[in-house]
Amino acid sequence: MSSRMLKTSFWVIGIGLVIAGSWAWVDRYVNADKNTNYGSIVPWGLWVAVYIYFIGLSAGSFLVSSLVYVFNIKRFESIGRLALFSAVVTLFMALLSISADLGHTFRAWHVLVYPNFRSPMAWMIWLYSAYFALVMLELWFVLRHDMAVGANTPGIRGKLYRLLLLGSRDVSPEMEASDRQIARILATIGVPVAIMFHGGVGSLFGVISSRPAWHGGLFPVLFLVSALVSGGALLVLVSAVFQDGLRRNRDTVLALGTLVLGLLAIDLLMQFSEVLVGFYGNESAVTENLKLVYGGPYWWVFWIWQLGVGTLIPLVILVLPQTRKNPAAVAGACGLIAIGFLALRLNIVIPGLADEQLAGITEAYSSPRISTDYVPSAMEFLFSAGVVGLGLLMFGIGEWFLPSGEEDTAEEVSHVSA
Amino acid sequence: MGEYGVPEVAGQPSETRAEPFFETEASRRQVVAQLMKIGAVSLAVAIGAGASLAPLTSAAAESTSDQRRRYGMVIDTRRCVGCDACVAACKQENKTPPGVSYTIVLENGFGERPDDRPLFMTKPCFHCEHPPCVPVCPVSATFKRKQDGIVVVDYDRCIGCRYCIVACPYQARFFDFGENYPAAQEDTPWARVPSPEYGQFRGREKGKSPEGNVRKCTFCLHLQDENGAYDKAAGRWPACAKTCTGKAIHFGDFNDPESEVSVLLTQRQAIRLKEELGTEPNVYYLV
Repeated sequence: MSSRMLKTSFWVIGIGLVIAGSWAWVDRYVNADKNTNYGSIVPWGLWVAVYIYFIGLSAGSFLVSSLVYVFNIKRFESIGRLALFSAVVTLFMALLSISADLGHTFRAWHVLVYPNFRSPMAWMIWLYSAYFALVMLELWFVLRHDMAVGANTPGIRGKLYRLLLLGSRDVSPEMEASDRQIARILATIGVPVAIMFHGGVGSLFGVISSRPAWHGGLFPVLFLVSALVSGGALLVLVSAVFQDGLRRNRDTVLALGTLVLGLLAIDLLMQFSEVLVGFYGNESAVTENLKLVYGGPYWWVFWIWQLGVGTLIPLVILVLPQTRKNPAAVAGACGLIAIGFLALRLNIVIPGLADEQLAGITEAYSSPRISTDYVPSAMEFLFSAGVVGLGLLMFGIGEWFLPSGEEDTAEEVSHVSA
Repeated sequence: MGEYGVPEVAGQPSETRAEPFFETEASRRQVVAQLMKIGAVSLAVAIGAGASLAPLTSAAAESTSDQRRRYGMVIDTRRCVGCDACVAACKQENKTPPGVSYTIVLENGFGERPDDRPLFMTKPCFHCEHPPCVPVCPVSATFKRKQDGIVVVDYDRCIGCRYCIVACPYQARFFDFGENYPAAQEDTPWARVPSPEYGQFRGREKGKSPEGNVRKCTFCLHLQDENGAYDKAAGRWPACAKTCTGKAIHFGDFNDPESEVSVLLTQRQAIRLKEELGTEPNVYYLV
């Protein structure tokens, strides 16, 4: 059967990527930064782009989950826990990516003992640490009741539930109500935290006045909207393939698809504004950056990957009356959007750096580290592939382990959609 | 690679240059032992002088003296011949690895000239009054010293995130990827020759600072005495300025109105790069 083949190939791909990535992981810790291709002119590369991509997916998924846990919108109820779970998995992937990027990974704790309150990066790290703790806690309270109900399931699943419950086995309706209340409070705190930390990621780039292509007030907002689009899009895809989602979440997939379409339109408006103002202003650092994105050696990352695959094709699918009511087509389109936003992140980080700050600097000193040309090394690619593989495995395990909550929500959903 | 490029000077395997000096392995060892001794002696001198051997945290870097200096440079582009001796001298002094060069020589940094005469300019760190690299550091590992305005990096605190490299408008910062010149690979005696930077005398040890750190020009602050003063006559002077063949690099204290650099600013027309960013560099160019 084809769905079984799909599942098998999913696991094979996930495990294969993790094995390939673990070679890069070992190399990173044996040879430190030697086998990376970034340098002192392009000091941030693939790993930073991948990091802001995943952290955007996480913030986006989390903010969508707040529709359920803060704003109590019943239509999205069935995917609330999935949204939280996606936020945890993608945050984990993001932190894994950025940990390899630090020259001294094991000094990361310095940010707590030597704080610099003027650094946007320090704020970002504090905020996502708080966010990580918060989102884990919220997920626990959201799942607690269903795990307690399922604790007597025979086999590993029941054992795992009992372990994760930490002794809390109360299945009474009062306890369930109190769980909901706590989750709601955590989610409410989480919304400003998520907005601050992902806006903070955007500010990290936006405040740098020596990089005119990034510098400006729109950047943090653009990051937030991009997070909502990409995180929402990933969530549509995940809710369609997860636990027989196409059947169970049919209406939710369509509704969320419409939401993603609207957010994508806002995002495109902002991107267009940046480009238009940038070109018209004719500041050389900005126009050089734009020319690099649209006509540089990696023109296809924008024209084919970001614009074609990630924007135009899904836009058509989400708008055409023949396809927009088909949950499978909507899920596919959203999958493409999620993949396309990686190109957007790459096009922010790398061309923004691949320019000489002073003319002639790369000719003045001949070294591969003093160059505006940057192509990620095999090790960098494999490391990121490993992170993706690990994410796939985590989603796979989640599909098997997460209580579907079908018993509880089935009635509600049918009631709402009726 | 231009004819004035660095590799001819620094990228050349030092073996080819070192061999004439060492006819046998034994004599090479002797010289290295000597070098180590010199290192140890300077270390002892530094301790004796009570100089900054303590970890360079912001507290330790504060001077006890009330004197406030503002070190900087005035670089005369009309005297610069583009010989790159400053680049070599800096590499020699600070033992910087491949891909790290605290100063470089730009050709036509101000764009093409109408005639065919090149305009060379050496470019160290500008030790800005408002350095954009400092506030972005998440762990306060890089800071501007109160006593003399030199922008430094605390290697033991730096986590290697490279945000400061991104923020610097002058590309004055370099990441140490842990690479070494062919003759100075790990576990060779050359790798143990310490760099006098910050008076810390660190060798090249895998995974240990300054590998994995961001590095930059320090105006050779390890040559200061305990009062934070340099001495040109005694040779305690930034290596690039000391070696400059055309005497194009003038170094000194802008807070001292009598200093060579202060006088030059009153006599000649000087410019600073990217003034619009409000960084207020402490390195001026005479054009």
